[in-house]
Amino acid sequence: MIATRSVSGSSQSPRSPSSQPYLSVSVTDPVKLGNGVQAYISYRVITKTNLPEYQGPEKIVIRRYSDFVWLHDRLFEKYKGIFIPPLPEKSAVEKFRFSAEFIEMRRQALDIFVNRIALHHELQQSEDLRTFLQADEETMERLRSQETGIFKKKPTDFMQIFKDVQSKVSDVVLGKEKPVEESNPEYEKLKHYIFELENHLAEAQKHAYRLVKRHRELGQSLSDFGKAVKLLGACEGNSLGKAFSELGTKSETLSVKLQKEAHQLLMNFEEPLKDYVRAVQSIKATIAERANAFRRQCELAETTKLKEINLNKLTLMRSDKVGEAEIEYQELKVESEEATRMFEMIVRLMNEEIVRFQEQKTLDMGIAFHEFAKGQARLANGIANAWRSLIPKLEACSSS
Amino acid sequence: MMGNEEADDLHESREEMESLVLDEPSNGRSSASGTVPDHHDPLLSSSSSSFIDRHNPNSSLNAFLDPPSYAEAIFTSFDSSSNGHETPQLSSNSNPRSSDYLYISISDPQKEQELSNSLVPGGTTFYTYLITTRTNLLEFGGPGSEFSVRRRFKDVVTLSDRLSESYRGFFIPLRPDKSVVESQVMAKQEFLEQRRASLEKYLRSLAAHPVIRRSEELRVFLEVKGKLPLAKSIDVASRVLDGAARLPRQLLGEEGMDVNAKGGRDLLRLFKELRQSVATDWGGVKPLVVEEDKEFLERKERLAEFEQQLSNMSLQAESLVKAQQDIGETMGELGLAFVKLTKFETEEILFESQNARAADMKNVATAAVKASRLYRELNAQTVKHLDKLHDYLGIFLAVGNAFSDRSSALLTVQTLSSEVATLHARIEKLEAASSKIFGGDRSRMRKIEELKESIRVTEEAKTCAEREYEQIKENNRSELERLDKERHDDFMSMLRGFVVNQAGYAEKMANVWEKLAEETSGYAKDGS
Repeated sequence: MIATRSVSGSSQSPRSPSSQPYLSVSVTDPVKLGNGVQAYISYRVITKTNLPEYQGPEKIVIRRYSDFVWLHDRLFEKYKGIFIPPLPEKSAVEKFRFSAEFIEMRRQALDIFVNRIALHHELQQSEDLRTFLQADEETMERLRSQETGIFKKKPTDFMQIFKDVQSKVSDVVLGKEKPVEESNPEYEKLKHYIFELENHLAEAQKHAYRLVKRHRELGQSLSDFGKAVKLLGACEGNSLGKAFSELGTKSETLSVKLQKEAHQLLMNFEEPLKDYVRAVQSIKATIAERANAFRRQCELAETTKLKEINLNKLTLMRSDKVGEAEIEYQELKVESEEATRMFEMIVRLMNEEIVRFQEQKTLDMGIAFHEFAKGQARLANGIANAWRSLIPKLEACSSS
Repeated sequence: MMGNEEADDLHESREEMESLVLDEPSNGRSSASGTVPDHHDPLLSSSSSSFIDRHNPNSSLNAFLDPPSYAEAIFTSFDSSSNGHETPQLSSNSNPRSSDYLYISISDPQKEQELSNSLVPGGTTFYTYLITTRTNLLEFGGPGSEFSVRRRFKDVVTLSDRLSESYRGFFIPLRPDKSVVESQVMAKQEFLEQRRASLEKYLRSLAAHPVIRRSEELRVFLEVKGKLPLAKSIDVASRVLDGAARLPRQLLGEEGMDVNAKGGRDLLRLFKELRQSVATDWGGVKPLVVEEDKEFLERKERLAEFEQQLSNMSLQAESLVKAQQDIGETMGELGLAFVKLTKFETEEILFESQNARAADMKNVATAAVKASRLYRELNAQTVKHLDKLHDYLGIFLAVGNAFSDRSSALLTVQTLSSEVATLHARIEKLEAASSKIFGGDRSRMRKIEELKESIRVTEEAKTCAEREYEQIKENNRSELERLDKERHDDFMSMLRGFVVNQAGYAEKMANVWEKLAEETSGYAKDGS
């Protein structure tokens, strides 16, 4: 498990004694509010903590999806280098948007999102997190509407950055070097790994989603089959009719089991895979940030150098612009050092994060695989038992 | 469903999959069933037997018996009787009361040239099939005889037509379609195989019928080498009349039932006239057929209801099979995706944790691939069981024909009765008219005598027709009894086979998943 240096999360009930600091959040009770086009879902966010920075042992607030987005974007801005936990996708097909299943999937994903932040040793100290968990609804709304514009990166910007990074990665892979790019072979390998990983995971997730659908389809056809068998049995009468009727009923029972398992499969196997994909995409965003930081560092270093040369020239010429130039040079120098510090911090953080990420993901997927296996075993056993229980009845029918 | 690219991928990685999951001995049969359906979906073949015969088209023994399935071998412990769902196939070929058997197999399609008949130089070509029979029935050579003939599809049509004429009232299995369109559209090989399989199924079903199997027509078809010595039905005229007004052809054709030879030609003339009279009456008069047998009518209605529900169940069975196939395929694709992930995570180790993940993913891949194979096997078996439903739909068509035979025979009787009545009425009229003339009326007297002769002949024909009708009724009755019994047995064994199959495979799948659950149990949350 990740090194929880300060706080334990909500996945376990706080069995730690009250002296140990904890911050536990749950996202619950989705409720549809508003009308027509403006309808949305609101969630109850319940925070339990004993941290002094918080307003009390328990706090309940109402939040909607765009509030979570606000939190995500603030953290992304402030904590460069850290892999911000991913959010579930923004929009869905209109028809699906208010289906019970979609709402449940989103709720689960949002719950995981907040808890990951609460568990992260850096992110959990964020003021924005505290605001999110505690501010009243009006304040939240005000903050949320401020965000449009300056801080929000439009999706197209990200796309461009991704494309840049991707093309740079492929360039490096193909052997073409471009300037203003880190020439760090370890890092290149990592980038390549991340990009490839996303493809593979996306494919696995796609098939997992289809598998859910197949379970539902099989359930439906078992139900239809069962009904048809029963109708045929009704025609027959006598022992054969009874046999048909029993079989039809069993078939319908199994249909229910399949629908249940389909849901389990979705929530406990497909969603974790989806989550993994999102997490990798989040890393890609950080990779883009790092590239930006590197570029900035380089540019500033260049510019500072030029300014320095210019300053020396002016000094030699004993120009009266020296003073001005001196100031400018100093300012640039500070900026350049700042940029270098920022870049180095990102590099350092990324290295830590990637290790944490790998370990976390191994665990998450291990759990998902286990649930998958258990679910499928449960289903298969259920099916086997159901059919098996029918055999003596069939024997009885045929002998009569 | 899967694009060509993905199909290639699947193929390419199949070796990987095989090597990844070879901890159970790869049974030749199961791997065969693993590769064959890639390109030939067992669901597409018209009969399940072609799926089996495909592996050994030349082994004549294999062609007679379904090879023991890997799946069924596991389940003999569940079956108190031997392989419940297999016996219908075999018992249909052997009479349980004695040890008579009549095994037929079809193979070796060959192209042949149509001779001289055509105007086009070179002529048209057609295909013949080798039909091999093994039997110990006395009608044929005697115990343990085996012989072969070559026949073309047209011969089968002839056989079918002659049987329909000779065995009215029986539930005669329907022959395969001519399927002209399909022969143009399908690949030659595929078409030939489909036709071969359907012909084989047809002949076997004829051999399974307790009465038909002993027919002269079938014997001749199976045994007599060279040109098939059965005449095609040449009775064009009666072909024109459709529906219940069809008169028994054998009274007009060359082969006869037991009819007084003396009245033969007269009957011929008479019936031609009758046909015309019926034909002209057809415009205004409704058909006279009135079936009085209430019990029969009830039975018929119940059967119609059964047929409808059967048809519905068959539809649902098809979609069940499709759903099973789909889930198996998707499971396989999921497994493949995890194979690729495993490969990816082991390719270049940048982090320690990749090893653990790769191991986990490999286990998932293995389980998914195994499950996918199990689904495929399950489905192949399911198809075999539920195929019975399709067979019975075919049987119901035969039942329909048999009932039509009955209706048309009854119509004949009633038509002849009414003709007799008409003739009597005419005689009365003539007698009444001629009695008014003093000394009688020579021409009218002659006419009356002619009519009396007509009545005599018609009465004889009516007697004949009544006998025919009674025979057909009896055939219907005995066939219905046979159908009820066989239906009961067949469906019970189908249901049982289906259930045992489902249970068995579900258990095997549970084992696969339980193994994975154990392999990942280290990640279990508390209390799970």
